[in-house]
Parts: sequence; C-alpha cells; structure tokens
Amino acid sequence: MTVAIDLPRARLPGAGSAGRFLANYLPATLLLVALVGFWEAWVQVRNTPSYVLPAPSLVWEAFLRTRGTLPGHTLTTLNESLLGLGIGALAGVALASLMTSVAIVRRVLYPLMIVSQTIPMIVLAPLLTIWFGFGIEPKVVVVLLVTFFPVLVSTTEALLGADRNLIALLQSMGATRLQTLRYVLLPSALPGFFAGLRIAAAYAVTGAVIAELMGAQSGLGLYITRSNSAFRTDQVFVGIVLVALLSLALFAAVHIINRLATPWAFAGKGDNS
Amino acid sequence: MEPAIEVENLAHAYPGKPPVQAVMDVNMVAAEGEFVSLVGSSGCGKSTLLKVLAGLIRPTSGHASVDGQDATQSIGVAAYMPQGGVLLPWLRALANATLGATIAGVGRKEATSHARELFERFGLGGFESAWPSELSGGMQQRVALLRTFLTPRSTILLDEPFGALDAITRREMHAWLQDVWANERRTVLFVTHDVEEALTLSDRVYVMSKRPGTLVAEFRSPFPRPRGREIQTSPEFATLKGQLLDALEAASS
Repeated sequence: MTVAIDLPRARLPGAGSAGRFLANYLPATLLLVALVGFWEAWVQVRNTPSYVLPAPSLVWEAFLRTRGTLPGHTLTTLNESLLGLGIGALAGVALASLMTSVAIVRRVLYPLMIVSQTIPMIVLAPLLTIWFGFGIEPKVVVVLLVTFFPVLVSTTEALLGADRNLIALLQSMGATRLQTLRYVLLPSALPGFFAGLRIAAAYAVTGAVIAELMGAQSGLGLYITRSNSAFRTDQVFVGIVLVALLSLALFAAVHIINRLATPWAFAGKGDNS
Repeated sequence: MEPAIEVENLAHAYPGKPPVQAVMDVNMVAAEGEFVSLVGSSGCGKSTLLKVLAGLIRPTSGHASVDGQDATQSIGVAAYMPQGGVLLPWLRALANATLGATIAGVGRKEATSHARELFERFGLGGFESAWPSELSGGMQQRVALLRTFLTPRSTILLDEPFGALDAITRREMHAWLQDVWANERRTVLFVTHDVEEALTLSDRVYVMSKRPGTLVAEFRSPFPRPRGREIQTSPEFATLKGQLLDALEAASS
C-alpha cells in the first residue's frame, strides 16, 4: 500500500494557512467524496446485497453500532504498530551503521537481510503465533520484520552516499572521527532514514493487522476476521477504513517529525510551518 | 627563518589506468606572512597542490611542509577553503562560519561573537540564521571564506575563493582581504585563474603549466598597498599583467 501526501509547496498569493490547506487537500477530498457518492448510488440502484458490498451509509451505521469496542481494537493495533515500528527503525539504523562501518558485516548480513524479506508474512505469521503465543509479541515481531528493511536499506544508502567533499572539509579542519560523525555522517543520513521510515510507517499497520488475522485477543485484525466470519461485510469495511486512517496518521506523524528533525531540507520551499 | 610553506620536488598522480599525473616537480616557498598566488588554467593541478598542503592528499613523491609540520603526514595544519566553498547544508550560516573555529577548540561563544561582527562586513548581515540553500552562490562563498579566516591557523589556503562573485562584490572582497591580511599578516596561498586578482592581492605570483602541473614562472607584485583602482589602472600594472598573461598562455599551450 502506498500513501502519498503531497506537502504544501506552491503558495497562493495572499492566502493564509487555511487557504493553503484548502488548495492542497481540496482536490483529493472532492475526489473521495465523489467516489463515495458514486459507490452509494451504485449499490442503491443495483440493489447489491449488503454482504457483498454494503453501501457507505450502512458502513457508517456499522461504525456507530460497534463504536463501543472499536477504540480498544484500534489502540491494540496502534500499540503493536508503534512498538514494532520503533524497534524496527532502531534495528534498521543499528544494522545500517554496522554494515557501513565494517565491510565484512555488510557482506555477511546483506544477503541474509534480503532473504528475510522474501518470506511471505502470511506464512511467517502463524509460525510466530506458535512460537510467541496469542499476545502482542508475535504482532510486534511481524511489524518489526516488515519495517526494519526499508529503514536499513535507505539509511545504508544515505550513509554510503555522504558527500565526500564535506568529509574532506572536516578532515582538513583536523576533526576527530566523532566530530565527522556528528557534523557530516549523521545529518546526511537523516533524510534517507526518514524516507525509509515513511515507507515503514505505511507498512507497519498492515503488518500488525496481518499478524492479528492469525489469532489475537484484540485488534483491528481480530475485528475484521470476526466480522468476516459473521458475514458482516459492513463491519469489514469499517475495519478497512480504520486501518487506512491509522496508516495515514502514522505516515503523517513521521512526516511531521521529519520536518522538525531536518528543517534545512524544507528551507526555501515556500512553507515554513 | 623557516618558510611557512615549503614544497620540494612534489609529484602526485591519481590512481587509474593509466594514472593521471596531476602535478610534477613542484618547488615553491612562501615566507611567513607572505601572500602568494598560484595562477594556471583549469585542470592544471592547482587544487591538487592545495589539497596536498591541506593534508587531504598524500603525494606520490616529494616533500611538503606547512608551518614546520610535514603536510604529507599531518592534517589540519592550515586553514583550507576548498573550491566552491563547501558548506554543511544542515548548519545555519553563522554555525557554518564558526565550524572551523569550533573544531579547532575555540569556545562557541567567542567564535560566534567574532563571526557576528564580520557578517555585516561581509555583506551577510541579516542572514546569520539562513540555511545555505537560501543563500546565493556568492553569499555561500563568503560564508566559507569567513569560516576559513575564523579558523585559528597561521597559514590559509584558498582555492578560487571569489569564483562565484560578481565583479563589484569581488572588488569589495579584495579590499576586505587586503585589509585583514595587513592587520593579521597570516601566510596566504591563493589559487586563482584571474591574473588581475593575483597581482592585486599578492606579494608573489607563481604560474603553473598545464597538466602535469609544474611551476614555470614567478612574478613579484611590487605595488604599494592597499591596491585599489589607481594601481590597477596604472601603466606599470598593465605591463606586468601583460607579462603574466604571456607566461600563462605559454604555460597553458
């Protein structure tokens, strides 16, 4: 799943932040509204049975009906996603630093890392449930496994791609290794790290939900499986929408942190909020 | 007295197939407090020589020393401004200007207050907290020059520091540089391909041949300082400039 949030670039002359916000998100919102309207009309006109495709109005009703249990499920999934993403990101950065500083580690580990990504999660998740039980642990492990890789790859590339001229400049000043790390390597790896983290954030929630499908005590995945086996397709859609919203929220959060952590990368692009 | 910069029989070839001989048989000196320029066409090896003195390149053979220290063994002896300036994109202008001083161990407060004073002088007033990407090419170059001068070293190596500046700003920087140099008397090795700039600023000017670069001529610029328009438009200056251009053309063909 790919989520693209195009951040404000072009500024309307004289428009305030509200105007800018509208100009940036209005087209996407209009399209969404139009699609939902078309969907509603299609279902009403064709009289599609609700277990095949429920109308958006029915999905809304299902949301209202089950809203008591939803916060719990959503929180569980959010917890698993955040924990997995956090550990995954840390592991990705740690491995990237190790692999860029010691060549032999890179040669030994990189193939292994790639192999780890070829195992379908849908196959691995039941195994993890057998190993770690029905609690939060196997879900965190799945999220970790899907999120560490994008972080690892893009952080590694960013570290290897650090500007040689900058490193040479610091050397010419007589900088220590630690100073070179602080002034050149770390900051130049940040944009790459965040690019990987954005992709990881988009995968994290999906990873948690897939793990939950294999057996859980709580979570949006559990909500979806239960609804599915009860032929409550309207509730399945509620689950889908919540998963999407959660992914979007995580993605947006990473983007905001990215902006705060690398302000220079956003300088002079017309938006300084 | 030992010269501040001393280069003997220096040669350097960049590895490759075949290796690229950048400089060969380079012999030069700069006395302490002397302003020496190196002129030559693009790609003649001027920058290579500077990098050797900055300790960034270990030469294939020969000897180079800066302030009594072997430049082929040590790094960070001289303050070095690479071509194009080179700023850290993630540091604001002021932090970039104080970077060399900070790394050399100067207190942050002291370095910052010193830099603030010079920002106005450099035509950078008001841009202290701008990111490098928000500065024009000329401003970036001036921040880099400032950084080099704020680095507490007695020898300064400048690689085409005014390349990106317009003629007017360049003249202002020439006046500033002469002024600072007259006050501080640090040793400067200045790389340029602008003959007039070299004659205006320097005590002596070396001419480098095309690759493999070697020093083929040496000129003394005898004019009284500070050197402004009157000097630059004088017949004596024009004559010397003509001779230097002749030497440069002969060395570059």
